[in-house]
Amino acid sequence: MRRAAERWSAMAADSALLLSLVEEFVSGLQDSKAQDAAKGVRDGHFTVLQLVEALGLSLTSSEPQTRARGVQLLSDVLQEDSAALSQREVEVLIAFYENRLKDNYVVTPPVLRGLLALTRCAALPPGSAVSMLRSLFQDVHVQSLMIAERACVYNMLINLMDTREAELKSLGADFVFGFVQSMDGERDPRNLLLAFQIARNIVVRGYDLGKFTEELFEVTSCYFPIDFTPPPNDPHGITKEELVQALRAVLAGTPKFAEFLFPLLIEKLDSDVQSAKLDALQTLNAFLSRCEHTDTAEFLQGLWSSLRREVFQTSSEKIESAALAALTALTSCLSRSVLSSDSEDVLGHFLEVVLKDCEHHLREPDLKLVWPSAKLLQACSGASYRASRVIAASVLPALTEQYSSKTQCSQRRTLLEVLQRFVQSVKSSRSTEDDDGVLSAHRADLCGVAFAALSESNASLQVTAAALLASLARQTGLLLEADVRLAVDHLTRLLLTEDDDRVSAAVVECAGVLAELHPAAFATRLIPRLKEEVFSDASQQHSHHAVRRRCLSALAAVSTQPSVVQESTPVLLQVLKSALTGGVSLEEAVLACRSLQRIAARVQDTEEAGTCFHDVIIPRLLSLALQAALQEEDSSGRGGALVQEDFLSAVVPVISTSCSRLQPTLAARTASRAVSLFLDGDVSCLPENSFPPRLQLLQAEEVSWRRSQLVCLLMGCVCALPRGVELPRTDELLSRLEEMSCTCRHPLSYTAAAKCFAGLVNKSAEGGALDGVIQRVRARICRELDSSSSPLRTQAFTLLVWVSKALLLRYHPLSTGLTDQLFSLLDDAHLGAAAADGFLLLMSDSPDVLNRGCHADVRIMYRQRFFSENSAKLVQGFNAAPQEKKPNYLKALSNIVNTLPQQVQVTELPALLSLLLEALTCPDQGVQLSTLSCLEPVIASPPPVLLQQLEAVVGRLLALVCSPAMNVRMSSLRCVRALSLLPAHQVQDSPEQLSGSLKLIRNECRCFQVLPFRARVLRALAPPLDDRKRLVRQEAVQARGEW
Amino acid sequence: PPAGGGKYSQLENANPVIFQRSGERQQTAAEEDEDVHDPIDDREIFDILYKTTQNDLLMLYFHPLSLEELNVVEQVRVQVNDADSTVSVEFTPTIPHCSMATLIGLSIKVKLLRSLPSRFKIDVHITPGTHASEAAVNKQLADKERVAAALENSSLLEVVNQCLTSRSL
Repeated sequence: MRRAAERWSAMAADSALLLSLVEEFVSGLQDSKAQDAAKGVRDGHFTVLQLVEALGLSLTSSEPQTRARGVQLLSDVLQEDSAALSQREVEVLIAFYENRLKDNYVVTPPVLRGLLALTRCAALPPGSAVSMLRSLFQDVHVQSLMIAERACVYNMLINLMDTREAELKSLGADFVFGFVQSMDGERDPRNLLLAFQIARNIVVRGYDLGKFTEELFEVTSCYFPIDFTPPPNDPHGITKEELVQALRAVLAGTPKFAEFLFPLLIEKLDSDVQSAKLDALQTLNAFLSRCEHTDTAEFLQGLWSSLRREVFQTSSEKIESAALAALTALTSCLSRSVLSSDSEDVLGHFLEVVLKDCEHHLREPDLKLVWPSAKLLQACSGASYRASRVIAASVLPALTEQYSSKTQCSQRRTLLEVLQRFVQSVKSSRSTEDDDGVLSAHRADLCGVAFAALSESNASLQVTAAALLASLARQTGLLLEADVRLAVDHLTRLLLTEDDDRVSAAVVECAGVLAELHPAAFATRLIPRLKEEVFSDASQQHSHHAVRRRCLSALAAVSTQPSVVQESTPVLLQVLKSALTGGVSLEEAVLACRSLQRIAARVQDTEEAGTCFHDVIIPRLLSLALQAALQEEDSSGRGGALVQEDFLSAVVPVISTSCSRLQPTLAARTASRAVSLFLDGDVSCLPENSFPPRLQLLQAEEVSWRRSQLVCLLMGCVCALPRGVELPRTDELLSRLEEMSCTCRHPLSYTAAAKCFAGLVNKSAEGGALDGVIQRVRARICRELDSSSSPLRTQAFTLLVWVSKALLLRYHPLSTGLTDQLFSLLDDAHLGAAAADGFLLLMSDSPDVLNRGCHADVRIMYRQRFFSENSAKLVQGFNAAPQEKKPNYLKALSNIVNTLPQQVQVTELPALLSLLLEALTCPDQGVQLSTLSCLEPVIASPPPVLLQQLEAVVGRLLALVCSPAMNVRMSSLRCVRALSLLPAHQVQDSPEQLSGSLKLIRNECRCFQVLPFRARVLRALAPPLDDRKRLVRQEAVQARGEW
Repeated sequence: PPAGGGKYSQLENANPVIFQRSGERQQTAAEEDEDVHDPIDDREIFDILYKTTQNDLLMLYFHPLSLEELNVVEQVRVQVNDADSTVSVEFTPTIPHCSMATLIGLSIKVKLLRSLPSRFKIDVHITPGTHASEAAVNKQLADKERVAAALENSSLLEVVNQCLTSRSL
């Protein structure tokens, strides 16, 4: 009894609350009460229908404003949560709202919002969508509503299309008509995006357009081509591109638009406005992919002549390529037509027309139109197999025949190039049973032309012929075995005899393509011939060096298949071996290493290739280097080339590339062999082993530099391993490397040891052990650096830089201490300049260690992070430093800023601009140069602060155009040139931009920004025009031309 | 002045004979050496002009060919003497009645005036026997005052400047 009473009184309290909420919202105009009401409904204090009852008075008021307010409360509540409504409630509410649509216009907006909320309801009863829309289309004139209410209507349609498609389709064409009427005249870009989305749904999801196809097309196509410049600081972020895409999706959405769209596009192609042309071509392309050939029938002639005109008389590459793409789409649309005995061959007829218009231009290879004609034909040929066949059958014989009849080189070259592009464009056959490709009928002729051109003496003919041959080889199954053999012979001959760099580059590239597809011919024919040449007796002659160089690079180019690698690498190793006896120069030994590295980087990662590198090549390289070192120590002196730094630096990438990408298990074995070789002097893994046992390699004090520098090879073996590959005896290795890097006197040796140490630290597992190692090293480094008389300070400094880098890359917390130490060294009397350069090392990718290729732990954005954490320190340090140390800070700063991505530079520059400008006056040319190179991109997209300091910028730059260093002169001239192009940043807020064309305003304010400096700049640029260096003059001419 | 901003229908020669490009100048080691003086040579002048001509306006007439490919300015016809500070450029219009001849000549002249040190005396003229009104055009181009006056005409200057805007930008 008591409980019933409580419930009763609670209900009474709720309804009193409800009434007061309604009162305060409707009469008191307190919008927040809508939230409270919504909460009441959600918490179950009262239902929506009770709310309607409570609203009774306001809804029947004679004041339209009061009625509107009442409806608004209801709609607001529904917007908050309409999900929980029952079907019955929804039904009542819809009936109510539909009725209210007939009310005064001020009531309409909240009604629409309520209806929108109801369209989101899962409980929408069947039939209600239809009735809702019928009332909507009948009672509301959408375009006289405000922007937000129109958006309401569009969103209702979108919601209903998503959930009640079948019902809407039952409305038939009335739905389309209703929509067309609703959007007719829409002007707001946000609403247009919604309207285009609805229109796209209508055409794509197969709504019945009935007799309103043309109306729907008209109401959307009137916006084509979209011309829209968003207002400055547009909060809605709608771009022209979005609108273009949305409209294109509508227009190109259904083939039913064909009869209207084609004439429209043909008309727009005549336009002088480039963007309209481009849009028309892209829309055409999209539309054609949906069309049947029957849709295009009556417009083929018109389309072809427009497309042809765009390519023949094109004014921009963009438009040309869009036109060619559209032609390809058109041809493939026609190719989809099914050929039957009684229907006409649409594709055939079309291609006939194309051939008629273009083919005769191919007969005049001197004249301009040969190229556009060729491009048009290639675009058709690339569309389908059938088209390729037709075009090839007609064009290729004519071209090959002409090639043999013309005698002028330039004509022949043009013909060859056209041929090459045709071969490239040919679609290979899709059907498997039809295995003879398009080109097989012409194979003999094409090969004949290619081989004939390769035998010419003209370089450009040879280059083009090599490209043609490569394209022919790429057509699967085209070349016969005999052709390949002949091709290999031609390539070999050219490699050995042709001196022209362009020719040999083209030949080497072509050989690379062919060797990948036909390895056997190369392994058996080319490589033995090259080997013979490399080791021939004529090798002492000067001209022969060039031949050998080409052979070495060709060996690398053809080695992508393991079977070829098996043949080519022994040749390269033999070259290196003869370097040991002085038979080959240092330069050639380095080239041989480069070739080996290229092979390691490109060969397929198979077990065969892995064994070749890990079991043959790397042990052989280690052995050669060691033999050379020992020979030198015995002062027999013949292995001279192989103890040079250049050679060793070329060997390291061979080893590290193989370890990083070929066969991880084998790489692990290589690494552990290297560890025992260097720690214990265990030489058992080396071939041709005549070394003394227990070789000392990592003892800084005791061994000669020739031996100690080999530590860089250890680095190649252990620092490039994929992460997760276990390395034995790491602790021992680390402490020996630390010892060596801190005590050795030979620069290459201690630097390599420091790098190797850093490479290992970078990959070591996080934890106490690693922290201990770092603390120990840091203490040691500090000790050395603190004693200013120590002879080993440079060593300690080198280790500091490398370890800092290793830790910085992986975001290790201890890196900060090390980099701070580096900052403090900027004040150091001896190491200050080196410390400034150290920042460059810290920020840039090093080629041989600590990079992603070596699987190092490199976090993205580490540069930005370092910069943002440390830029303040630099500025402080700069301000506090004595005058003579300031350049170090400026140099460090420009080293850091230079490596940042431009986006970051632009955002961070304001804080640093004054410092950078200071750096321009710094007498150090290195600082000037690096500052200029980081200013250049910043000027190209200038922050406002740069524009405020324009005076200082211009002044300092002009002072440098007569600098004694030509690089500084060139770089400053480039900056001056960039200044002339300052885009309009400050004026973007101005309202005029809305009306005028953007480009015009940009030009005007470009003048406005820099015009005051024009006379002064032109005067200052006169002397560099007469600079003694041509490269400087070239920059000056460009800069002055822009001003 | 000749009509600016042409329609395609006004193309003077839709399918002209084209010539091979002579390729980029190869950079030599001497050019990178601080201590070597590089004199201004024919090729350099030619490059200045070559870079001139990839522009919007003339492109309507000649695209996708540059003046060089059209043989309007041939390398052999550029003669420079750095020591005497003289430059002489001969250009050949594509057809004898080319109405663009004056504009092309003027553009070449202005480009050289802007790009060469002021010590140079610049002579631009039509290759003898290649244009119907050769003498008149040459006279115009040689007359300092007329060139200056032509450049005072802001609409003409606009056209010339358009000709001289390099295409890369």
